[in-house]
Amino acid sequence: MQGLKQSIITSLWFMFLTFPIMVARVNTIENTVEWRWMNLAYVGVGVFFLSYVWRWALARKEAKQYEAPSTETAKKQSWLSRAMEEPAVARPALAALFALSVAMPMLVTTYQTNIFISFLLYVVLGLGLNIIVGVAGLLFLGHAAFYAIGAYSYALLNHYFGIGFWIALPLGGLFACLGGIMLAFPVLRLRGDYLAIVTLGFGEIIRLVLENWGSLTGGPSGISNIDRPGLFGMELSVADANIYIYYIVLALAIITMIAVQRLKNSRIGRALQALREDEIACQAMGIDRVNVKLMAFGLGTAWAGFAGVIFAAKTTFINPASFTFMESAIILSIVVLGGMGSNLGVILGSAFLVLMPEYLRAFSEYRMIIFAAAMVLMMVFRPQGLIAPKGRKYHVDDPDLIKEGEA
Amino acid sequence: MSTVLNVNSLSKSFGGLRALNDVDLQVDSGEIVALIGPNGAGKTTFFNCITGIYEPTDGDVFFTPHDEEERRVNGMKPNKVTELGMARTFQNIRLFKNMTVLENVMVARHCRTKAGILDALLRPPHVKREEKENIEKSYELLKYVGLNQHYNDLACNLPYGDQRKLEIARAMATEPSLLLLDEPAAGMNPQETASLKELVLDIRDKFNLAILLIEHDMSMVMSLSERIYVMEYGCLISQGTPEEVSKDPQVIKAYLGEESHA
Repeated sequence: MQGLKQSIITSLWFMFLTFPIMVARVNTIENTVEWRWMNLAYVGVGVFFLSYVWRWALARKEAKQYEAPSTETAKKQSWLSRAMEEPAVARPALAALFALSVAMPMLVTTYQTNIFISFLLYVVLGLGLNIIVGVAGLLFLGHAAFYAIGAYSYALLNHYFGIGFWIALPLGGLFACLGGIMLAFPVLRLRGDYLAIVTLGFGEIIRLVLENWGSLTGGPSGISNIDRPGLFGMELSVADANIYIYYIVLALAIITMIAVQRLKNSRIGRALQALREDEIACQAMGIDRVNVKLMAFGLGTAWAGFAGVIFAAKTTFINPASFTFMESAIILSIVVLGGMGSNLGVILGSAFLVLMPEYLRAFSEYRMIIFAAAMVLMMVFRPQGLIAPKGRKYHVDDPDLIKEGEA
Repeated sequence: MSTVLNVNSLSKSFGGLRALNDVDLQVDSGEIVALIGPNGAGKTTFFNCITGIYEPTDGDVFFTPHDEEERRVNGMKPNKVTELGMARTFQNIRLFKNMTVLENVMVARHCRTKAGILDALLRPPHVKREEKENIEKSYELLKYVGLNQHYNDLACNLPYGDQRKLEIARAMATEPSLLLLDEPAAGMNPQETASLKELVLDIRDKFNLAILLIEHDMSMVMSLSERIYVMEYGCLISQGTPEEVSKDPQVIKAYLGEESHA
């Protein structure tokens, strides 16, 4: 009853607020005032409905928190992550997904392939950032800078020395990795907000250098005519080259996924997680804090370098405008939205943030509103992200161990 | 009997505050030694100084790991000290809360394992073997302290007493020759304290190591330790066997206050 009353008040308040723009309209040609009373009714009913749903969802969320923990753990795992744990389900599903992504360029237009290339690039960027933000817990706002380092490595090497894509790919990753380690040295002692500010500043420094070092980088007008990747010396048409790049980036995304997953479940990955959890205890357990932090930055930024090289090869033209803070913010949003530390989450997050705007071009005027609303809803109802990361389950053979459920 | 830890006139100042003043302390191998004193006496600062979290202002800390020569450890990084064989627990529990119980112990075996980045990516057979061995050894330790039922649970979901036990298991996983326990019985009920006492004694015998503990629970300190050091305001005021210390007028004064002649 209380909720009903609150919703009615909210709806009345909105009707009052939107009255001038939604109801009254002055027709300047005939000098008359139109009264569109129906709009008032739409706003009232719409807001009443939305506010009621909002309240109901909040109440449901609160009720859930007080449930017994035993039932909660079973429910907490979403159907998706439960399905992925079942090998009988996961293997065919992954195989089907793989077949679909391989066949993709044959099925869709060049334009669509392009969209999927940028989707996969963001997957790689997000997975890289996930090592730094999700696993090692270091809030990092300068990821686009390393994307830029990768892209410019290839562009400059190609422009000045004529170096091809396949040599530039590892070099771009290496340069970005070294850049990450160089950034890590001055920020070793920083955590949380302070670290975020410094990395944000670093990202801007890289962009400003690229923009102002005109003699080397071409300044704001960038570098054009970058070579597309070669396939054993064959000349490819633009459409074919696009498909070729699609396969390259698909391969990179799969490699990244496997590599990040393996890293996370290794000795190094556990050390990174320990660093996130408690820095002092982590040192007291024999982990070299400096080493591990450098590793976190280097491992995360290297992937951004790889993605940058492919980006430069795909667009054949780059300028600093592609690597603004907005880019870092989107990559971070992908990680946060998907669920920090979860690889599957990163894929869903980039699907949401990269594919949605492309396919909802009809609503492009409202894109930022939808984006913001989605973020707010996420933070209120699912702060842990789409896929909540969970500790890895190990299997130990022990006859004395009482199996779950038997106890 | 050889000396494991030898601390000579250790001092630590924070600006004008002298938190530790000329502290001398020895721990022999296989010995359980307690460090007691009122709140703020500098006991935890002492631990932080010898484990490398703080750098001592003055004095020397010598540490002799199992079958090795004496090493001067002051100024060494904490992870190096741990690698040499000095492990510790924390007064305010510092577990890796969002990692599983088993992972907590596995992390502590970081300095006893070797796999690097390339090993993690390629997983050659010797790395797989190392990982398997790591899981087994960590699990053995959990079984030893009685936490094996919960090995896949998140550490933050353990009850308080079990969290303390996990801290000990985690410290043991670094394969130490000296174990430093910072108030292991804090916040425990009498039964838990009793079982902890058994555990500490058993660890000493089974793993053949020396234990230095800070504790406020006097019944535990008196029955467990072979020698006791008492601190007040950063200085050692007394040392000796439990009987000697409990009769020392200075110790009584520190704990109960000065007799007033009103």
